[in-house]
Amino acid sequence: MSLDAYPLVSDWITMDGDRLLVHTGKVDIGQRISNALLRIVQEELTVPLSLVEIATVRTGTAPDEGITSGSNSIEQSGRAVASASATLRKHLLDAAMAQHGGYLAEWLLVDGYVQRAGTNLRLALTDLARDLPSNLPVDPTLRRHVPESAPAPTMRGITEMVAGRFTYIHDLDIPGMWHARRVSPPHAKATLRDIDQTSLDQMKAKGLHIIRDGSFLAVTGPREWDVVKASTSLGLACSWDMGGGLPETDVFAQFTTENAQRFPVISGTPQKAPVPDRLPTPDLSARFERPYQMHGALAPSAALAEWTDNRLFLKSHSQGIYPLREAIADSLGLTPEQVEITYVPGSGCYGHNGADDAAFEAALIAMAHPHTPILFKWSREDEHAWEPYAPAMAVQVDATLNNGRITALSAEAFSDTHRGRPRPGPNRAGPAKLLANRFRADALAPYVSPPNMGNHAGMHRNLDPIYDIAETRLVKNLVQGLPHRTSAMRCLGAVTNIFALESTMDEAAHSAGIDPISFRRAHLNDTRTIALLDALERRLSALPPLAEEMGRGIAYAQYKNVMTRVGLAVDLTVTDTAEVKLHRVTLVADAGRVIDPDGLTAQLEGGVMQAASWALCEEVTWDRDGITSRDWDSYPVIRFDNVPIIDTHLLGNTSDPSVGAGEASPGPTVAAIANAIRNCTGLRLQRMPFTADALRRAALEG
Amino acid sequence: MGACHAVNLRLKINGIQHDIRSDPDTPLVYVLRDELKLKGTKLGCGLEQCGACAVMVDGKAVLSCVTPVEVFDGQEITTIEGVSETEVGKRVQQAFIAQTAAQCGYCTSGLVVAATALLSKSPKPDDATTKAALTPHLCRCGSHPRVLRAIIEAIAE
Repeated sequence: MSLDAYPLVSDWITMDGDRLLVHTGKVDIGQRISNALLRIVQEELTVPLSLVEIATVRTGTAPDEGITSGSNSIEQSGRAVASASATLRKHLLDAAMAQHGGYLAEWLLVDGYVQRAGTNLRLALTDLARDLPSNLPVDPTLRRHVPESAPAPTMRGITEMVAGRFTYIHDLDIPGMWHARRVSPPHAKATLRDIDQTSLDQMKAKGLHIIRDGSFLAVTGPREWDVVKASTSLGLACSWDMGGGLPETDVFAQFTTENAQRFPVISGTPQKAPVPDRLPTPDLSARFERPYQMHGALAPSAALAEWTDNRLFLKSHSQGIYPLREAIADSLGLTPEQVEITYVPGSGCYGHNGADDAAFEAALIAMAHPHTPILFKWSREDEHAWEPYAPAMAVQVDATLNNGRITALSAEAFSDTHRGRPRPGPNRAGPAKLLANRFRADALAPYVSPPNMGNHAGMHRNLDPIYDIAETRLVKNLVQGLPHRTSAMRCLGAVTNIFALESTMDEAAHSAGIDPISFRRAHLNDTRTIALLDALERRLSALPPLAEEMGRGIAYAQYKNVMTRVGLAVDLTVTDTAEVKLHRVTLVADAGRVIDPDGLTAQLEGGVMQAASWALCEEVTWDRDGITSRDWDSYPVIRFDNVPIIDTHLLGNTSDPSVGAGEASPGPTVAAIANAIRNCTGLRLQRMPFTADALRRAALEG
Repeated sequence: MGACHAVNLRLKINGIQHDIRSDPDTPLVYVLRDELKLKGTKLGCGLEQCGACAVMVDGKAVLSCVTPVEVFDGQEITTIEGVSETEVGKRVQQAFIAQTAAQCGYCTSGLVVAATALLSKSPKPDDATTKAALTPHLCRCGSHPRVLRAIIEAIAE
């Protein structure tokens, strides 16, 4: 809990000149958390937005809130900032009363001023705030809920974005700065044997510096294009030991109970206990699969590093600057205090991409080339081939049906770890999770994560069906030693689990001859969920009848079974060449009290589009010689020619607490697409992505 | 490599003449960003696959991450920094703001350039034409529906 570690008002809100500066450890990665925090302060303190700013997120000054992930920012940082603001409000009113008398009820906060009702007495909030002691503890019980008091702020940065003036880490440009690129090995098993000396001499003659530490190889120089070209020629001058090549494993064949560490999952939490037997005679039995997929940020990872006076200054788009600082300091034999990391925006990341690895690699280059700021960038190919992927996953579902209901359900998830972030931990977990440490002369073996036993964590996120089912059997199967490095991508296991569970609900509804919304409702008691499905049904019945060639699929999920509820319908067609064309998505969400409705809608819509891309397009491929999906042609993603109309409706009571929403829509989207394809073609697709090839194969297999 | 083969080039960018000396094989985007400090044009792939680096050349959207700068010698280039110089460009930018048609925003300058080029050429494109014009551009945050709504808004004005 953020307030336990940072209990003072001044940990969250300080004065900066005439403005309130809001401190947070959560970074804005396009999800508009900074907008939401501004809005919270604006509401709690009745203060104009022009008087509030969000502080730069930097180690040493920002609260350490770990990683910006898991849709937790509103519930952690948001709650802390709200309580800090409400506490500040109380002290401002008390201070005004102490100075000028009157009763508390007479003092009001209006538009940045503390006013005494019925008088002309008006005190600037910022003047009063400046005089308050800096050690006021936050009262976590204080929180005024001010519904709809002010218009939501315009998204921070958008005015600059449309004019090309928004600064990303890639745009940093400081005097004396050098550029750097790395030379990547052909694949993860390869080691650098030798570099052609003539090429090295030529590069040195051109004023370029080569940095080598074991198999980690990079080039730096004053001009970016020279460095880009040099990285290509340097790559050609290298000879590599291939270490047997990448294993050409069928990863799905590895997902067996024999290969797995197995844990029964009870109410979302894995148990160290024997796994119960499978259902003896299920009526439905199917396995659902997702291949390795990538975050695929639009901008390859980058970092700016400078080593000077025994201190390392880093700028990074990491989602977790404090854990990264520890991992980098440990890797380099520095104290954490010698390393300062400042967050600078990159492009959208959707989880743990190459940002942390790039920051560490920039540090290696900067330390070999001191007193020079180094702007280091991965290439597109580096990002595609080396980012930590979302693990491949399989979910086996068995269900028993009786009288139009599911009476027993078994779901077994199989996957490698979703935990690859460089968090500190036993066996130097932080350094071992930084890519370059595998290649340095003093190499660290790839880290083997222990099973994640947290509630709705990792692969078992949303493995528990939200429905009332008399008998459930849920199992987590951790399979390690698979071909690729993996880590957290938006939703973790929830996407494949919801794909599996909601496909099964749909098949069960078909078997029972009941429409899919009524079938789900019959398995629910939660009034908010039922209200949501009712709303979805009303929205759909208001639409014109579905055209004959169109298929509609329904899906529902509540993220982590406690956060945002999303029910949606996807309408699509399948072309003569077996391409899926998306037409309309009707989405209803309940995220509790909504702080920034447009921001919430944007997150839900963005989740639909990303999930549609996962569902229809995305798959990491490889062979013995390396990753073969190395660009946007070999790793296709969704484009503007397949964008549905997305019609989003927000439910949610102002008296219900705000819950995280950034990862709520992708799971139901994948499932609804699969269900719509089923309704359109009769084909039940069980492995993502649902490409034209996959549809044709399914049709042939009948 | 290096400056040994550098040549003199004349580029007209956002209405201003720039005489530059550059290695002729340098892709335009590096000249814009590194030499002229016009950082609004983004580098996303360097392979002409993602659209982040789009600029307008003689009114058409062109990707700048592969084609060498010498090809643009004497041509008129508009980057995202110059888009607001035209009424259409201004309208597109305002519509993107009104529809909040961005999340991380890294694809935004390329999309604003593409939309401006599209509407400059055909003021009322149909849905299919708009989508075709934007298909060279990737957005990974999923702002697509908002971008399409922004273009509809820019058309309507």
